[in-house]
Amino acid sequence: MVLTPLQTLLMIAAVALGAILARFLPFVLFPDGREAPPFVTFLGKVLPAAMMGLLVVYCLKGVSFLRPPFGIPELAASAAVVGLQLRTRKPLLSIVVGTAIYMILLQEVFR
Amino acid sequence: MTPLLEPSPDLGYNGPCSDGAPFVDSGTEGVEVVEEHRRREIAAAFRAALPHMIPILASVPLLGVAYGVLMHTHGYGALWSTLMSAIAFCGSMQFAAIPMLVTGFMPFQAFVLSFLVNARHLFYGISMLERYRGMGRAKLFLVYLLCDETFSICCTVNPPADVRRKDFFIWVSLLMYLLWVGGTFFGGFLGNFITFDTTGLDFTLTALFIVLFTEQCRERRNRPAAAIGVGCSVVCLLLFGPQRFIIPAMALMLVLLMAGRRRAWF
Repeated sequence: MVLTPLQTLLMIAAVALGAILARFLPFVLFPDGREAPPFVTFLGKVLPAAMMGLLVVYCLKGVSFLRPPFGIPELAASAAVVGLQLRTRKPLLSIVVGTAIYMILLQEVFR
Repeated sequence: MTPLLEPSPDLGYNGPCSDGAPFVDSGTEGVEVVEEHRRREIAAAFRAALPHMIPILASVPLLGVAYGVLMHTHGYGALWSTLMSAIAFCGSMQFAAIPMLVTGFMPFQAFVLSFLVNARHLFYGISMLERYRGMGRAKLFLVYLLCDETFSICCTVNPPADVRRKDFFIWVSLLMYLLWVGGTFFGGFLGNFITFDTTGLDFTLTALFIVLFTEQCRERRNRPAAAIGVGCSVVCLLLFGPQRFIIPAMALMLVLLMAGRRRAWF
């Protein structure tokens, strides 16, 4: 532990507050009986797909394609996850196999 | 369990005694009958919710375990990881907060990043406005526990006609919460016994989002939005760098999505 217990608690509270704000804001802005404007409902439909795209990029943001191993472990493991998910539609299987491939590539092949 | 699952007048209970008249001759017996009826309703809602939990029954606790183990490898034991899961309850952001927990005390940055990473909940919330309408006190609980998984179930699944929607949603949310917090605790505990090299274990998070993204892309009508999400993020990552790309990417995304709405891309 780098932080003191009190600092850690405050960090937990800060993370929780950010999440709570994001969760409650729509329900505070558009309470029962008040219709959300059409563009807001539209965003509610298209944003989940767009945000998942952003989160994938967010997870891979630290990968360098210019330095060895040129992002090969990430690309190979990601391709395995996509392929498995499309074929089996079993999220757990895709995640476990993908992570295992990544760990093996990182620890045994490209170390 | 939780007081939210108990019958109470402001939860919109419309059972046989809701008009105040005794259900049978004796008032106390009537209350018992109502309570028994309510218990059976809650059990029926549980049975309706359980099958929908199966896809996440293994993955959520496993990710929780992965989180607990990761926290442990960074020096934060089961107590801390479980506290984080129980209070913040925001899977991906909890992973994203690990680097912040080991670099220094920056609560404001943590708050801002948490809001941004969790900003997708704004849109989950917007999609759920209608479904969570008129849920009374239970709404606080449901909104607090709104996450990727509860959203995906609660926004698509309609419980059978004899199950009250509120009970169904509460069970889905509560089970999800227990799976996540329980998994985290177990992982934090397990961390004490792990001796193998955990390098690369962080990929569980990446894999999770790739799975969710792949599932979104199965639906043809989601593909333009998915492409906009990836495109804006990559462009902004190249322009602004890994530390600062999220806000511009979200802004650009909103602009393009709104432009696409006018041109009927979706």
